[in-house]
Amino acid sequence: MAGLTNRRGIRWWRGAVALAAGLYFLVPLACSVLFTVDVPGRGFTLGAYTGILSASGFTSSLLLTLELAAATIVLVLGLLVPALLAARLGAPRLRPLLEVVCSLPLVVPSVALVAGYSGVLRWGPQYLSRTPLFETFVAVQNADFPVVLVLAYSVMALPLAYRALDAGMRAVDVRTLMEAARSCGASPVRAVFQAVLPNLRGALMNASFLTLALVLGEYTVGALLGFRPFAVWIVGIGGSQAQLSVAVSVLSLLLTWALLLVFAAASRPRTRTPRRARAKAAPALVPQESAT
Amino acid sequence: MNVATSADTGPLPEQAPCPRKLLFRGQAPKPPHRRALGPPLAVAPLLVFMGAAFGLPAIAIATGAFTTSADAPGGVRWTLSNLTTSVHGAYLTALWGSVRLSALSALLATVLGVPLAQAVVTSGSRALRDAVMSASGVLANFGGVPLAFAFVATLGNAGVLTTRLHLAARGWSLYSFWGLVVVYLYFLLPLMVLTIAPALEGLRAGWREAARNNGATSWQFWRHVALPVLAPSLLGGYVLLFGSAFAAYATAAAMVGSSVPLLTSQIADALSGNVLVGQGNVALALSVDMVVVAGAVMAVYVPLQRRSARWLA
Repeated sequence: MAGLTNRRGIRWWRGAVALAAGLYFLVPLACSVLFTVDVPGRGFTLGAYTGILSASGFTSSLLLTLELAAATIVLVLGLLVPALLAARLGAPRLRPLLEVVCSLPLVVPSVALVAGYSGVLRWGPQYLSRTPLFETFVAVQNADFPVVLVLAYSVMALPLAYRALDAGMRAVDVRTLMEAARSCGASPVRAVFQAVLPNLRGALMNASFLTLALVLGEYTVGALLGFRPFAVWIVGIGGSQAQLSVAVSVLSLLLTWALLLVFAAASRPRTRTPRRARAKAAPALVPQESAT
Repeated sequence: MNVATSADTGPLPEQAPCPRKLLFRGQAPKPPHRRALGPPLAVAPLLVFMGAAFGLPAIAIATGAFTTSADAPGGVRWTLSNLTTSVHGAYLTALWGSVRLSALSALLATVLGVPLAQAVVTSGSRALRDAVMSASGVLANFGGVPLAFAFVATLGNAGVLTTRLHLAARGWSLYSFWGLVVVYLYFLLPLMVLTIAPALEGLRAGWREAARNNGATSWQFWRHVALPVLAPSLLGGYVLLFGSAFAAYATAAAMVGSSVPLLTSQIADALSGNVLVGQGNVALALSVDMVVVAGAVMAVYVPLQRRSARWLA
């Protein structure tokens, strides 16, 4: 009897917590949607959503952000994957170094990072105006494609991507995969691309998604360095067209959610059988891996 | 050794490629010479990139914070006055405001996030748990501009709830300290759920049963068993939330402008040239303040994380 009432008590408590949390997290979203479709004085209208595409600057800023995101993902993966694979396969002593280097950006908040960047960018005109390096300083600040933002975003995404990739490589025995592929006669390059990387698909997808989400929502660096990526554009129109900016915010959250689903689906193995086989094989591989 | 035995017995023709393999096995601790150059070459681009894209700005902050700016009377020279300025007057108010906002919202998120995570973890539904965890993953990164606008639409001056419930007449304002706390919880709570859920899952059912068999009430179990075991994770989570709230800029900037003084918005102001002549480098000194706080956060968080990982293993 005591056990029964106790369990009922727990269930009641759990329901209350879930209800409160659900209200807190859903009400702002619901209200945002209501705010965009129920304009005072005009009644129900979808004008805020239909007006998005024709709003000035929408396409260019969104395209810019997507280009920046693609470049950042390529750069981050291109830097991290070889380094992490090398540390796993050949030089375990490099792993602590990589961990420290990749965690360093956590100590510098993005506002402080952008202060550093604007300091460096000021060196250009101050000290280097007569050297060829000055051209580089101008080129990285090209408003059509600001390379400096790619650099800053890559630094900010590095800790997230490192965690995702490191966790992925922990779960798969990279060294055995590599040796198996090599002893079947594959060249090192082929072994990496056809044996190791396909097995790391989940981790690669995860790292890409985190980077993409970071770049899509990034405001601080873009705004303070004077560029106009997506988030800066939303704030810019917020002053004059409140409905429109809220509508875009709602859509950007939905977009992030949709991307998460797409990436989660893409990171799953294509068929079911390998998945089950891998789930069985993984526990056997893990102890071996942790022993090395 | 293996090579010797296989060579003595005479390898079968199809085993011909094996000796090399076996030789490799035998020398496993010492990587073959062919690979010696590979790892440094593969790691070098990352290190060079970090040196340029992270090291240079770090040097700019470190040197700029301790030198006068170029337009100051007397030109560029070493000084401590930037740092002194950064912890006085309006900047001190902003620093204090940031610390208060972060400490309070992180505390609320911890106190509210643990029951939420516990409710999800003990629900027994794998699907619910996975759904909440991925929703938390998105919401924890939802900070910034979209979040600010969602709350402006909900609780702002013309917000749906504000007008429907006449909150303004009751003294509510989103553009205040408490307004920011309510908004910050929106990304701090999911972050807390993400951080603490693995620790709650690590609480063994056997411990609860053992405590109950010894006559402990639910309260006594939490007070004497669960909370001490969870303490490192809780403290680590709190510190992480504090750091996250402390570093946040976009949400507050898009929502309240600078009506609530925060360290991040002071840096942004200073970077935009909104300072007295000759104080251009105060922004860099403020950045040093932020890095010191964030560094302290990590110095507390990392050992705590290691410690709680020991219990969860």
